[in-house]
Amino acid sequence: MSADLAPLLATATLRGPHVDFAALSPLIALLGGAMIVLIAGLLRSRTVREHVVPALTLVALGAAAGLTIWQWNVEKSIAAGALKIDSLSLTLNLILVAGGACTVLLAWRSLASREAGHSEFHALLLTSIGGMSLLSAAQNTVAVFLGIELLSIPLYVMCATELKKEHSLESGLKYLIVGSVGSATLLYGLALIYGATGATDFSSISSALSANGLATDPLTLTGIALCVAGLCFKASVAPFHQWTPDVYEGAPTPITAFMAVATKVAALGVFLRLFDVAFIEAHASWGPAVATLATITIVVGNVGALSQSSLKRMLAYSSVAQAGYMLAGIIVASKLGAQATVFYLAVYLFMNMAAFAVIVARERELKSTPTPPLIHGDTLAAMQGLGRTRPHLAWPMTLSMLGLAGIPATAGFMGKFYLIDAAVSGGYTWLGVVIVIGSMISLGYYLPVIAAMWMSGSSEDAPSPSATTTIPTPGPTEGALPTLAGGSQGLDEETPPLVAGIQPEVVLVAIVTSGATLFFGVIPQPLFDLVHGVGSALGLL
Amino acid sequence: MPPLSILIWLPAACGVLGAILSTFLDRGRATATTASEPDAHTGTWSLPGVLALIGTVIALGLAIGYIADYKPGTSGLQHVTDVVWISELGIHYKLGISGLNVFLIGLTTLLFAAATIAANLRIQSPSTPRPKLFWLFFMIAESAVLGALLAQDLALFVAFFDLMLIPFYFLTLFGGPTARGTREERVKATIKLVVYTLVGSLLMLAAAIATGVLAAQQGGGHITFVLSQLQALPLSKGSQEWIFLFFAAAFLVKMPAFPLHGWMPDGYRAMPIEVLMVFSGVLSKVGAYGFLAIVLPLFPQAAVHFQTLMLVIALVSILYGSAVAFTQTDARLILGYSSVAQLGFITLGIFALNPQGAQGALLQMVNHGLVVAPLLFIIALLAQRSGGSEDIRAMGGIAFRAPVLASIFLIVSLATLAMPGSSNFVGEFMILLGVFQTKLAIAIIAFTGVVMASVYALRLFIRAMHNRVGKDVDSRDMTIRDGLVLVPIVAVIVFMAIYPQLALRRSEGAVKTAVASAHAALSPTPAGALASSPSRAIAVNSQEAASGESHEGASSEARSTETTSGAGEGAYRREGSAEAGAQGSGATSSEHASGEASGQENSKPVAKSEGHLK
Repeated sequence: MSADLAPLLATATLRGPHVDFAALSPLIALLGGAMIVLIAGLLRSRTVREHVVPALTLVALGAAAGLTIWQWNVEKSIAAGALKIDSLSLTLNLILVAGGACTVLLAWRSLASREAGHSEFHALLLTSIGGMSLLSAAQNTVAVFLGIELLSIPLYVMCATELKKEHSLESGLKYLIVGSVGSATLLYGLALIYGATGATDFSSISSALSANGLATDPLTLTGIALCVAGLCFKASVAPFHQWTPDVYEGAPTPITAFMAVATKVAALGVFLRLFDVAFIEAHASWGPAVATLATITIVVGNVGALSQSSLKRMLAYSSVAQAGYMLAGIIVASKLGAQATVFYLAVYLFMNMAAFAVIVARERELKSTPTPPLIHGDTLAAMQGLGRTRPHLAWPMTLSMLGLAGIPATAGFMGKFYLIDAAVSGGYTWLGVVIVIGSMISLGYYLPVIAAMWMSGSSEDAPSPSATTTIPTPGPTEGALPTLAGGSQGLDEETPPLVAGIQPEVVLVAIVTSGATLFFGVIPQPLFDLVHGVGSALGLL
Repeated sequence: MPPLSILIWLPAACGVLGAILSTFLDRGRATATTASEPDAHTGTWSLPGVLALIGTVIALGLAIGYIADYKPGTSGLQHVTDVVWISELGIHYKLGISGLNVFLIGLTTLLFAAATIAANLRIQSPSTPRPKLFWLFFMIAESAVLGALLAQDLALFVAFFDLMLIPFYFLTLFGGPTARGTREERVKATIKLVVYTLVGSLLMLAAAIATGVLAAQQGGGHITFVLSQLQALPLSKGSQEWIFLFFAAAFLVKMPAFPLHGWMPDGYRAMPIEVLMVFSGVLSKVGAYGFLAIVLPLFPQAAVHFQTLMLVIALVSILYGSAVAFTQTDARLILGYSSVAQLGFITLGIFALNPQGAQGALLQMVNHGLVVAPLLFIIALLAQRSGGSEDIRAMGGIAFRAPVLASIFLIVSLATLAMPGSSNFVGEFMILLGVFQTKLAIAIIAFTGVVMASVYALRLFIRAMHNRVGKDVDSRDMTIRDGLVLVPIVAVIVFMAIYPQLALRRSEGAVKTAVASAHAALSPTPAGALASSPSRAIAVNSQEAASGESHEGASSEARSTETTSGAGEGAYRREGSAEAGAQGSGATSSEHASGEASGQENSKPVAKSEGHLK
């Protein structure tokens, strides 16, 4: 044992006391940004809270992105071997930061950030992204658990930020309970792995598994199984997905978008690290098992989405299915597979953000009409006739749906192509076929959305809000649950009416992300270049 | 000639340009004249429509240029564009013209140009929903179809093939004055259409990726999807078989063939006529083209393995399509089911797995596109004259006041039923000739399809144009504007009837190359042995014929009289030798000899017959 650890200890003594600020800088920017945002929120001015705080958040995210690019070709262990910046973590950082920026824009005038307090909301968001960033760079099991918790706890809170909406609170609570179970399962699994191998860091676990013939040891396998279950909770892989539709539906839509994209990026990123590096020696054992899970996930996600009337629930099930597709890249444990997974994660960000941006816009538009109609913004009915009345929303939604369905000329096609390519190369041809069968089923729920938007002769009675209508935001006195306002400054004062109708930042997100979906569908080379180093960073063949 | 990318992307560019320009113009108009809102739509020619017309006509001109420029007697690619698209996946943006696609390109551009005129004439009606988007998607559709036909990279082909569906999804969804059914029915039909076709296409996507990956693994090289390179890396028989089935599913749905045609009746009803003209005329051919250009060269062993299955599917399609076409009263569905039957013939020819059948199939693809599009347009004209109904029971007696329309209808109908003298006759003849050599029994049953075709085609004509005058019929002749749509297509039908060699000669080399490996694989298998006796008989016959007399000119008139009077194989022999004579006297004699030489590797009798009959 000590012989195994000797080289590692040698590096540890060299690097241990040294803090590599350059390599840590993206993480520092995120967490430092969270502090600054929190402090800035203490200022009394409303403008500062409503606009400077999100702007500062964007600056922090931009700084993190810039520092990530600055470190682009660096590959080294930091923090005494607990973390490693390499191509994978840097690429995932970029995706996470982009997802975070979209979330900030979507939440800019949302009820959620107003009710939770702008600074708290954004600080939580930045912390969560910090946790994800940490997770994607993790090199030992302790860092994994740290990252998982750091990303999850702010999310539990953020789900419940629409304080007056019962669904939101329920969503937060549900996520808290299920998420804790997931975390506990993962922790148990990691503990068993430690018990079996006596190591916490990935390379030692890997060498212990190969050297001592532990790859088929029951203790190891139990540990791995529990790790799979724990991570599947986070990545909403069936059969651990039941929380997903409820939580996605109940949470404020910007947060749903963030959860759908960023959590998945982080969870699958750590999946890659843990399974394609630490447990690679036991690949023969977990490969078929996870492939079965992926199949179940694809089927359950796609079939579940078919009958949903709420678009957010539909996208929740769709995200379950998409997680199944992406698992294919992890299962094959090859360089190609890792690259395909990360490629799809990037593509997935664009497609989902576009869809959620449109839903956010519709929700606000429908809420802001003088007589709130009975249709909710995230239903299919809210999309009726959108092509005629608001083409700037209908086109992004169309591209997003086509992309998620994997139609050529969208990035989704390229992503699926890459994944199937990886699956076939890795000897999992049948999984490639399962992916396309899943895509077929998925047409049953993506296409009706498009049909609703573009179908002629649609109900023209869908209200078209003028630019000046205002949201009758309930004041603290008429709120359903006023006590919950707690220390949130936003509710302690008179709430000014929200101007809705024109939401340039939401439309911007929708157009930019859907434009990217189209662009990378036609010219995918930049994305291929982006993920190019991922496989070799993991040391895969 | 300009590069092929211009041909592909010009229509889409025109569509996008039209959509953008008209958006801005409409906005300007809306602010300028708020009161005269209806006036904005009553102009005869809308800007996007005119742009679309310009785009399609230029594309047609380019296609004619490519046909004229095509060097007959070669089997390689011409006007190749080859750029690496995605290096990681070995996907090239490779386009090229071969003998297989050169005439389909011509057909596509011709039908799109005709449909554009048809739509321009009709779309002015204010009830047309979303003219801007209609044109945008219509033009994207042309680009996608041309892309699929010209792609010489498997992944690129699959991408274009899948992409084709999206514009048609929208076009069906929008409907139009000539689309039928309520909104709900249209949505349902559209979803059905998309699900059916995408089920096939997505399976094909998986199969295509597997082809590239497995070929690279077996060849030990870098992954590639370029067709010519894949052809050099044949897969194992086991892989070929499942991959073949996936590809076949995609193509058979698109055609549609018998058990997979469920989307067809609803889809045909829901589409506006202009869209249906290109859908029925062109898209179904892309499926058949896929068999010929991709499946046969890449998976020859599987093609042999499943030959009987495919032939039976084709045969059932012919019989089922013909029989149902005979019982339908909805004129559109008569054509729909007749297409099933016609595409059955094409499949039959392709899976005869010999050059005769394949060449006949290719000719028949062009022919069928040329007849079905004008027939659909005529049905729209008939519906205008019969109180809006497309039911043939409501029609009748239209011919009396519409002599021009009646004669054009008659020409097209006669071409549909493969009247001797028409190019369709040559096509069906060669198909049956090809099948005779491999599966005698199937060829004999397939003959009944030819008879049934005349029944349903003439029934449609007679019920619509003659008989008692229908209740709501208000007969009048077609206008010159309608003539703009019909006359060019009918002119091409007549031209092809007079001179089918134009297509035959240009496709000959490529067709031979396409079926060569499957043909070679056919001979040693038990399936080939079964079929060897009739083929040998024909080979002997044709040898006699070639050594002997009958070098009369290739006039189709002469051939038709011979065939109708002559019985059995003697007639085929003469047909074949007439062909050989026509080509031997042409400039292609040296190429012809080389074709024979390459054929010698195969079993001798078959090779001989191949050489002479071509």
